[in-house]
Amino acid sequence: MLNYTFDWSVIWRHPYGGWLLEGILITIQLSILAWGIALFLGVIIASLRNLPQKWVKAVAAAYVETFRNIPLLVQLFFWYFAAPELLPYSARQWLYQNIEPTTLSYYTAIISLSLFTSSRIAEHARSGFSSIPKGQYLAAFSTGLNTLQVYRYVIIPYTIRVFIPPLTTEFVTIFKNSALAMTLGVTETTFMSQRIDSYTFHGLEATIGAMVIYLLISLSVSGLMGFVERFLYIPGLIRKR
Amino acid sequence: MIFDVIFRNIHLLLSGLGVTFQIFILAWIGSFLLGIGLGVLRLSSRKAIYWPVTIYIQTMRSIPLILVIFGFYLLLPIITGKSMPSLVSAVISFIVFEAVYFAEIVRGGIQSVRKNLIDAGYSTGLSYFQVMTFIILPQAIKNMIPSIVTQSVVVFQDTALAYVIGVKEFLRITTLVNVREVRSIELYLFAALVYFCICSFGSLLARRMEKRYGG
Repeated sequence: MLNYTFDWSVIWRHPYGGWLLEGILITIQLSILAWGIALFLGVIIASLRNLPQKWVKAVAAAYVETFRNIPLLVQLFFWYFAAPELLPYSARQWLYQNIEPTTLSYYTAIISLSLFTSSRIAEHARSGFSSIPKGQYLAAFSTGLNTLQVYRYVIIPYTIRVFIPPLTTEFVTIFKNSALAMTLGVTETTFMSQRIDSYTFHGLEATIGAMVIYLLISLSVSGLMGFVERFLYIPGLIRKR
Repeated sequence: MIFDVIFRNIHLLLSGLGVTFQIFILAWIGSFLLGIGLGVLRLSSRKAIYWPVTIYIQTMRSIPLILVIFGFYLLLPIITGKSMPSLVSAVISFIVFEAVYFAEIVRGGIQSVRKNLIDAGYSTGLSYFQVMTFIILPQAIKNMIPSIVTQSVVVFQDTALAYVIGVKEFLRITTLVNVREVRSIELYLFAALVYFCICSFGSLLARRMEKRYGG
């Protein structure tokens, strides 16, 4: 064993403690924003897959397959390094001149994370939809609602409650996946822990500190979602765990 | 878009893909075996075994893989006293991390085996170990195959993360070629397409299996 003296103070000492706190804030911001967008997109995509029209179904299925079967890191790099090149020259100039590189990487990370997660949420939502009895659709249509209204007022409110448990898992997953944003230089928790490593050579302590942070975030998210689950629970429709 | 950049660098890109497969196969074998062990131990009635294994599984499930990779990358030289090739440290991280997901699949599979069969096994005089290896696991594995294939696709996607510690796998090679050629659209589209084809094949296989074995 090599001589290595642990110096745990790099986790809280000035300025490193402040960096980590800043990182936590950005991790939370990034995850909540991306999760919100992903939930919205995912439910829409799943609804489209549930429609009778064949071509709509095919497009939605292609969307899900594409974003699910490409590693998130590749998607991040694609949106960050390749996608701007597809823009016309003037738009690209404007983008690089008027938007700070840090802002650009931050928003790229949100876009990639939400697209990636939306495809996973769409899969959960689809199984949520299929758990709803056919009679519910028929009853809703027979009251004279149109397709949009049937989904908006009847089916989606049900589905969301049915698929809250897998949604919790996705929410924890998005916190973990947001760590990949560090590869674009977004200053979130993992990025900060590695930055501490390059300043102090005590990266192991900082990395373990970051692991504890993620662990605490995951635990609180699961606790919070358990509360939401109880709050939204419809008696008789879904069994309480 | 001029795709000749890919043909010009195909040897380099293929070598990267080779490293990716190397990581995947090593990580898969290691994490699958460790996962079976952990999954079996997690069903143990002894508290001294159950709790440490459960805490290990839950902790690993709550932290990002990227941190585990960094952690081992920093930890291994301290333990062994010499510098480690990043490939080795990446493979160890993958094994330690992905095993917990396999463990959960194994646990579910074992729990799906009917209790009478286990009792019948014991009544013929088999030991715990024999019941596990000859009666429970063969059936459990059949139930688990679709989930195992799905998880294998995830492991394959995760190998791209070895990028962060500089392993020259497919994604790292793609970025290196891009640095030289500055053809980001073609190169990243190609990388995405390769991953897409491989992972879709895996997903398709999983769905086929699910139909065949009834989920």
